[in-house]
Amino acid sequence: MKTIAFVGALLAAVSAGCGGGSDDPLTIYSGREEELVAPLFEKFTAATGIEVEVRYGDSAELAATIAEEGDNSPADVFFAQDPGSLGSVESQLAELPVGTLELVDPQFRDADGRWVGTSGRSRVIAYNTETLTAAEVPDSVFDLTDPEWKGRVGIAPTNASFQAFVTAMRFSAGEDATRKWLLDMKANQVREYEKNTPIVEAVASGEIDLGLVNHYYLYLVKEEQPDASVENHFLEAGDPGALVSVAGAGVLASSDQTEDAERFLAYLLSEEGQRFYVDEAEEAEYPLIDGIEPKEGLPLLSELEGPDVDLTGLGAEHEATIELLRETGYLT
Amino acid sequence: MSRGAGSRPPLLLVVTAGIVVALLLLPLAYLVIRVAGGGRAFEILGEASTWRLVWNTLVLAVGVVAAAVAVGVPLAWLVTRTDLPARRVWATAGALPLVIPSYVAAFCLLGFFGDRGLLADGLGVERLPELSGYWGSLAALTLATYPYVFLLTQSALRSLDPSLEEAARGLGASGRRTLIRITAPAIRSAAGLGALLAALYTFSDFGVVSLMNYDTLTRAIYIQYKSLFDRAPAATLALLLVALTAIALVIEYRTRQRGRVYRTGPGTQRQPSVLRLGRWTAPALAFCTAVVGLFLVLPAGVLAYWLARGIANDRALDVPWSEALNSLTASGLAAVAAVAAAIPVAVLALRYPSRVSRTFERLSYAGNALPGLVIALSLVFFAARYASLVYQTLALLVFAYIVRFFPQGLSGVESALERVNPRYEEAARSLGRGPLRTTASVTVPLVRSGVVAGAALVFLSAMKELPATLLLRPIGFETLATEIWGLTQVGAYSRAAVPALALIVVSAPVLYLVSSERRFESGSSG
Repeated sequence: MKTIAFVGALLAAVSAGCGGGSDDPLTIYSGREEELVAPLFEKFTAATGIEVEVRYGDSAELAATIAEEGDNSPADVFFAQDPGSLGSVESQLAELPVGTLELVDPQFRDADGRWVGTSGRSRVIAYNTETLTAAEVPDSVFDLTDPEWKGRVGIAPTNASFQAFVTAMRFSAGEDATRKWLLDMKANQVREYEKNTPIVEAVASGEIDLGLVNHYYLYLVKEEQPDASVENHFLEAGDPGALVSVAGAGVLASSDQTEDAERFLAYLLSEEGQRFYVDEAEEAEYPLIDGIEPKEGLPLLSELEGPDVDLTGLGAEHEATIELLRETGYLT
Repeated sequence: MSRGAGSRPPLLLVVTAGIVVALLLLPLAYLVIRVAGGGRAFEILGEASTWRLVWNTLVLAVGVVAAAVAVGVPLAWLVTRTDLPARRVWATAGALPLVIPSYVAAFCLLGFFGDRGLLADGLGVERLPELSGYWGSLAALTLATYPYVFLLTQSALRSLDPSLEEAARGLGASGRRTLIRITAPAIRSAAGLGALLAALYTFSDFGVVSLMNYDTLTRAIYIQYKSLFDRAPAATLALLLVALTAIALVIEYRTRQRGRVYRTGPGTQRQPSVLRLGRWTAPALAFCTAVVGLFLVLPAGVLAYWLARGIANDRALDVPWSEALNSLTASGLAAVAAVAAAIPVAVLALRYPSRVSRTFERLSYAGNALPGLVIALSLVFFAARYASLVYQTLALLVFAYIVRFFPQGLSGVESALERVNPRYEEAARSLGRGPLRTTASVTVPLVRSGVVAGAALVFLSAMKELPATLLLRPIGFETLATEIWGLTQVGAYSRAAVPALALIVVSAPVLYLVSSERRFESGSSG
């Protein structure tokens, strides 16, 4: 046993000795799906020569992992699906260089400069194209409480993107209006799903007619079923259902490869890194830097007008939203 | 019940078992640290919704246990004690659903029975009654857990000494009376252990209840973790699951105490008498067909349908060789290690019964009902702080599997050990063998069928494990389960069908070997 411990300690010492240089691969915790972002990591390595090692998982679970690891986290970069996951480990993230932050509009980055949005997504209503025309789809989520839509609408109350939308509604329409909307939706027999993809699939199959989702799930479902009868409808300006949110990334304060990590973030926001969402990624998210138009067929990012809310604030308000969803019977 | 009582257990045995149990309690230690950390820890015990979750969880577990026993016990009896045609095929197929990840099972059931699923399509009806909530969860979890009951009961029936039943018949007891008086008590403890595992699995499951939209403690724990800020409420709910585990253990222990049947000979040199089904053959076959059809063919069929759709759409479908190899390696190591760790705990508990040894044994179940995410985070917590050398290595992943599935291995060893008459060990001791040599040379060979069954249970459970695998695997170490997860995350079901079917295909030979294990035994014993 002693020999093993000794050899182990020796190995640790040796590997620590070699650890200083940037020859070590960069460790990325990715809450974004491998299927979607693996090609982006490859492009980064090709462009910079920096090798990466990626741990894929659920954004919230990876955030919890980083929190439990504390200062011993092997992660250099946290690449997450939503501002909430990044916000929950904000105290463990380092401040980013101003040059990187300023590539992105202030509404899409952390106010304290600890994480930055890397791609945008809009909330939309996905609708079944066999039963409805675009003109028949409501332009505001507040219309969905109408008896006409009884039992025909799907949501995902346990999903972070839906919860962020509810927070946005609380900010823009007020606490009482949000509670009333949630209760009215319940009374209108809204159907609950686990997450966004099953909602779009349910819309495509006609199980429901409308679904509250992020815009890019449509493309994933069409990848699987090319002739699925489902399309996106963008909501009117200022409606909470038109919330524009981001996936984003931050650098761990405990990282010993800060320089490479910052280069990774800079790459994500480079022309090449952003063009990825337009030219290659099947899910068609919005590039966030100036001068790159989104994939054909999508409205411009500047034309999308979500409710007037601060994405950083969504994180801090998250608990109150959970509480409200619990009160109104969506969560236990 | 004089199982060598009175003799003191060898110190080495006690220390080994103690270390094993202490390591298994790490997740509990983590939960206590988190609850003590404050936040809304205790408040939530006063909330009505918390107790509704407890109720939901219990009601589901009771239903699952009843269904798992109703399916698993008759199936085990049919494939071991009757002249049912193609018994080994049924035995393999009957155990295979264990390897289907429960969230995949739920997906498949929904894909088939869902109100716009394949069945509704096939029948040409607009809508079917919804299969979700309680009944949907019950169906999917029965699929996931009845193999526990089936495999353990099957192992008990195999190692039951045929001469007992023959003696009863010889003394004029009818077949039915023999079944009730001899066979049933002999398998009760094994079936009880299977039922216990089914209950604890139900407590810990997230995949099914989340897809079926049924609120249980585990679902609430996940939601709490996703709400990201205060980790104390999740820890409190997890400790409630541990409390429920304690209740389940008490119930199981009570049933185990009644009736104990030892075999009188070590070997299985003779085949037990086989009941001729005669005119009951058709109903028996119908039962097996229904079970295998619903719980194996149906999900596999849905997967095959997705696969066919992928092929029709010209999707790139890769055979996941390296993922399969990774799954086999990690699960195989876990199976061997878990059973090796279980032997000292089982021997201590059953051969040197005392308050301490019983407590050790019962404590080793404490973490079995915890959701995989909780176990994973607890090991993240300890390993990142105190064992960074092993953090995110294969060793830690295997250790996580042992922590999660130790009782699966223990139950196999125990149910076999319970049927071994301690007189053999006493004889060895009286001939001058030390206690450890006796364990190694007499006890372990006698319980081989149980050891194999226990190892198989751990192996199959680990093959499909997801939450701990995601967080603790070495970076880049893809298993079949993580591959399935990654693909279903983006809705790529046709491609996810490949690793899901691979999971079934690579596990089938293992189960086939287990079901033929009696041959090895008869070849080498005597």
